[in-house]
Amino acid sequence: MAYVARQDGLPASRTPLMKRIADGAAPYLYSAPALILIVTVMLVPLALGVSYAFRDIQLLNPFSGAFIGLDHFRALSQDQAFYRALRNTLWWTGASVFLQFLLGLILALLLDKPFYGRGLAQALVFLPWAVPSFLAGLNWSWLFNPVVGPLPHWFYAIGIMSEPTNILSDPQLAMWGPIIANVWWGIPFFAITLLAALQAIPRDLYEAASIDGAGPVQRFLSITLPFLAPTIAITILLRTVWISNFADLIIVMTNGGPADRTQIVASYIFTQAFKRLDFGYASAIALVLLALLLAYSMLIVILRQWLLSKD
Amino acid sequence: MRAKPILLVAAHRLAILAYIAFALFPLYWLLKVAVTPNDLLYSEGIRMWPSRASLEHFDFVLRHSAFPVFFKNSLIVSGSTAVIVTVLASLSGYALSRFNFRGKYWLVALMLLTQMFPLVMLVAPIFKILSPLGLTNSLTGLVIVYTAFNVPFATFLMQSFFDGIPKDLEEAAMIDGATQFVAFRQIILPLTLPGIAATLGFVFTAAWSELLFSLMLISGNDQATFPVGLLSFVSKFSVDFGQMMAAGVLALIPACLFFLLIQRYLVQGLTAGAVKG
Repeated sequence: MAYVARQDGLPASRTPLMKRIADGAAPYLYSAPALILIVTVMLVPLALGVSYAFRDIQLLNPFSGAFIGLDHFRALSQDQAFYRALRNTLWWTGASVFLQFLLGLILALLLDKPFYGRGLAQALVFLPWAVPSFLAGLNWSWLFNPVVGPLPHWFYAIGIMSEPTNILSDPQLAMWGPIIANVWWGIPFFAITLLAALQAIPRDLYEAASIDGAGPVQRFLSITLPFLAPTIAITILLRTVWISNFADLIIVMTNGGPADRTQIVASYIFTQAFKRLDFGYASAIALVLLALLLAYSMLIVILRQWLLSKD
Repeated sequence: MRAKPILLVAAHRLAILAYIAFALFPLYWLLKVAVTPNDLLYSEGIRMWPSRASLEHFDFVLRHSAFPVFFKNSLIVSGSTAVIVTVLASLSGYALSRFNFRGKYWLVALMLLTQMFPLVMLVAPIFKILSPLGLTNSLTGLVIVYTAFNVPFATFLMQSFFDGIPKDLEEAAMIDGATQFVAFRQIILPLTLPGIAATLGFVFTAAWSELLFSLMLISGNDQATFPVGLLSFVSKFSVDFGQMMAAGVLALIPACLFFLLIQRYLVQGLTAGAVKG
């Protein structure tokens, strides 16, 4: 009986079932290649990296590989170079983001007004954005070099420096080198984002405000800023995380020197892995960096919730 | 009454000029030193343009150094990465744009996650994984790594382009008997050509600029990409500024070409936003 029923049902129900499976599988088939690649090249190494943090992994030592628990973290808590890198990261990120944002905002406001040749001006000021980061770093380190670069001579001429020297080799000033290069390179990003947000503000608001007698400063404070605030908040948040991880300019320009004065956590991780080939210790630092970034993001989210609930 | 607006306009134009000067000066200096003959480099120090320009550094770099090899390697790596990523991201972007499926939320979450953690974390484990496979010091290894890194962002980019194309188009084709994949390939993909071009450009530039992983994974000169070659050149021959900067100018070419390509869309996108607002 059952057999017969199945026999009868077969031609009618089999095709839809197959088709349903095929239809259901379609999106997975489309995304499978990308998914497999991401999992094998990013997620598996990520998990592996976390496990390295608790193991003794040194590339040149064939006897390494043993599980050593929290030893790396104990060493890290005593590592003065790490604490210096942490302080440098704050300084590097804070100064870069602040200057990029401020100068980017001013540029966006300047470009928001129509004027003759705006398209060309826009193309020219956004050009640094397309320069590869290693080249931006090299280019600026050449500009700071008194042998071929003009900057030390200019600084000397206007009296900032007592003699034309390379600021990248001056422990007190070295961090300014990568920061200036980073600002040069990152202004366009902020300007593009903020300009897009600026152009989305309805123009009639400004007209209404000026009819009501609001001056330019008042218009800026009560229309422009509130409209830009969400874009500013999200861009600064994302950029802060991104820049604190951005080691390219530092590796190219100073390699962390002189005397570790420009070493940030990200470049310290890279140095441990690349120069000392101590993968275990590098992974332990990376894990701490990840935890700090997560804590930072959580803090921002909680702060936002708190601000929203206060209103 | 008239003086104030004129003053304001002048200040505005001056500020714009200052920004343009700041943006272009480093690149200008790069070009200037690249065309300065060696005998004038030190004697004319900070002159704005040498009294005599020559292409001797470019000539040397192109004919007597390994830079053409680095350039070719970078072109191979960035080109293959761009093509493979664009193919994979078209597929996965299409899935995100057109299907509602149970794993969609997780797929998006996974892709967002990959954008958030520091990639420098992966330097050591990726080296450990690729080394026994013979994929360190190989362009293939770099292509695999770069492809994975760029797929998530490219997927979101392609998804946004697919979202802009009405669904009716492939539905009509499917009523006419085409399978969805055929409709996707023959109707939707040709319509997303600008999106495909943008994705290719973005990924190419990202791969061309990548530094840390190519430093870590590549050791020999034959497989070196442009950043690795340039940096090793800088640390070895750090006195020959003319040649280094000539090489730097060469590295700038693909990036600038891409920028010219994308720049129109950048401005267009902004104007479209303005019209919408």
